[in-house]
Amino acid sequence: MKMPQNNPPSLWSAITAAGNLSCILVGLDTKASWDELLQGSIRADRSSDLRGQSVLLATTDQFRASAALIELDGIARRIVLYPPDLSPEHLPYVAMTAEADMLVTDRPEIASMDHGIGRVTQCGRCISPAKLERASQIETEWILLTSGTTGHPKLAAHTLGSLADSAWHKDPSSASTIWSTFYDMRRYGGLHIFLHAALTGTSMVLSSAQEPTADFLERAGANGVTHISGTPSHWRRALMSPFADRIAPEYIRMSGEIVDQAILNQVQAQYPQASVAHTFASTEAGVGFYVNDGLMGFPPELLRNNPKVDMKVEDGTLKIRSTRTAFRYLGTENKFPKDAEGFVDTGDTVELRNGRYYFTGRRDGIINVGGFKVHPEEVEATINRHPGVAMSMVKAKKSPITGALVIADVVLKSSPGKVYGGSDVAIEREILQFCRGELDAHKVPAAINIVPMLTIGESGKLVRRNA
Amino acid sequence: MDTKSEIIAQFKQVAQEHDKQLAPLTDDLALLDSGLDSLCFAIVVARLENSLGVDPFSDDEDARFPVTFGDFIRFYENAAK
Repeated sequence: MKMPQNNPPSLWSAITAAGNLSCILVGLDTKASWDELLQGSIRADRSSDLRGQSVLLATTDQFRASAALIELDGIARRIVLYPPDLSPEHLPYVAMTAEADMLVTDRPEIASMDHGIGRVTQCGRCISPAKLERASQIETEWILLTSGTTGHPKLAAHTLGSLADSAWHKDPSSASTIWSTFYDMRRYGGLHIFLHAALTGTSMVLSSAQEPTADFLERAGANGVTHISGTPSHWRRALMSPFADRIAPEYIRMSGEIVDQAILNQVQAQYPQASVAHTFASTEAGVGFYVNDGLMGFPPELLRNNPKVDMKVEDGTLKIRSTRTAFRYLGTENKFPKDAEGFVDTGDTVELRNGRYYFTGRRDGIINVGGFKVHPEEVEATINRHPGVAMSMVKAKKSPITGALVIADVVLKSSPGKVYGGSDVAIEREILQFCRGELDAHKVPAAINIVPMLTIGESGKLVRRNA
Repeated sequence: MDTKSEIIAQFKQVAQEHDKQLAPLTDDLALLDSGLDSLCFAIVVARLENSLGVDPFSDDEDARFPVTFGDFIRFYENAAK
């Protein structure tokens, strides 16, 4: 395996080396300089030794998660970043798969649940001074969670070396840069920006799931944010806000979903002074490339002229080999999609049209609803549990707001007793109500079409065609 | 049903389905203060495409996004012309 060269040994020492220690990390209700973060601890109880432990980090607040990461990288054996939007019901599975020894949390409902982790440490609200012995640091494994087919999340393993980019250290413009992102920093897109800010010693404004878009834009603007990233869905939402003009960024980046020309044009029109770029990145494949020409898709030269990343299109799917890819999945439920040559299969399908590649969707049918991945099979399994349903097929419908929406074709049981023989509208509502009780909101179909039959292919599987 | 009534009906329907508290739908209400999130808006837009036969968000790549509820209605009324 090709290992990253010249790795910073830990986040702590890399921030120290970056040198701009007076720059600040701004959370929703607290902030601290990088120096304070280096010299402090967010843990309310610091008596427990985390050396060599597997730590599950499940905080609501991004600032606390950031502080804990700086404190624990190089000390803990493994850090699992549990995102706040992931249901706590997955926590026992994640804890078991990651062999977690310690839970660090600010969420009472998680601390008190039956999570199966031996020890629990509460987070404080702010940083308080503390010193951790750092004479012997180890390479910590960072675990990022992504959506899986079985309903359980997948646990993708990275290290600081695979998440960081060595080019960041040489960025001369960083002194006046203030980063922000709509992403949560427990997701790959957000973590990438957090690390960029931390390792170049720039200030950063963290977003918060508790904060309305207007308030976030106002706070980002008041803190003078110059560089900001998000998914196309994040940006569509920002453009719908009367507070869109509160920020005046020099640089805007989009990632995490297919970027269309409309959103590129609309963002550029709102922020004429900004360079608008988009990037291909995923938790498994890492950062592939940046596209800076203002157009959707990417030119084929990007596949060839990238000294750090090898890319190829095979069977219409983009594959990536670089030092930024994840190493493996923890646990045995999922096979990591890496071939013998070290290429990670992104599962994203592309099409060459008039000399440019365009993303067309997912080979495995995963539907990306505003950055949240939805496996059609999981939604179908839920719909099929409704007593009136014979079978169902879930597919994507294009959406100008969230990129895609989930819709379902449903075949009803022919019921002699006419229990479900009421109007289609009534049954549709009943099935939707049932789904809402079982599934996260973005997985619930936006519409249900009652159809007389679904096509079954020769393989015995549903013939899937995206709308 | 005219465009405005259809839009109001869809806002109410989607808000109810998603347990969202809908603000009074006045013309100067900022859409992001309406109580609906991005997912709800996406569903409203998809349903309006079905019922009104237009999707002004997708039809014009350079259209500015509506900011208030009044903008939203005009956005659809202009597209339907």
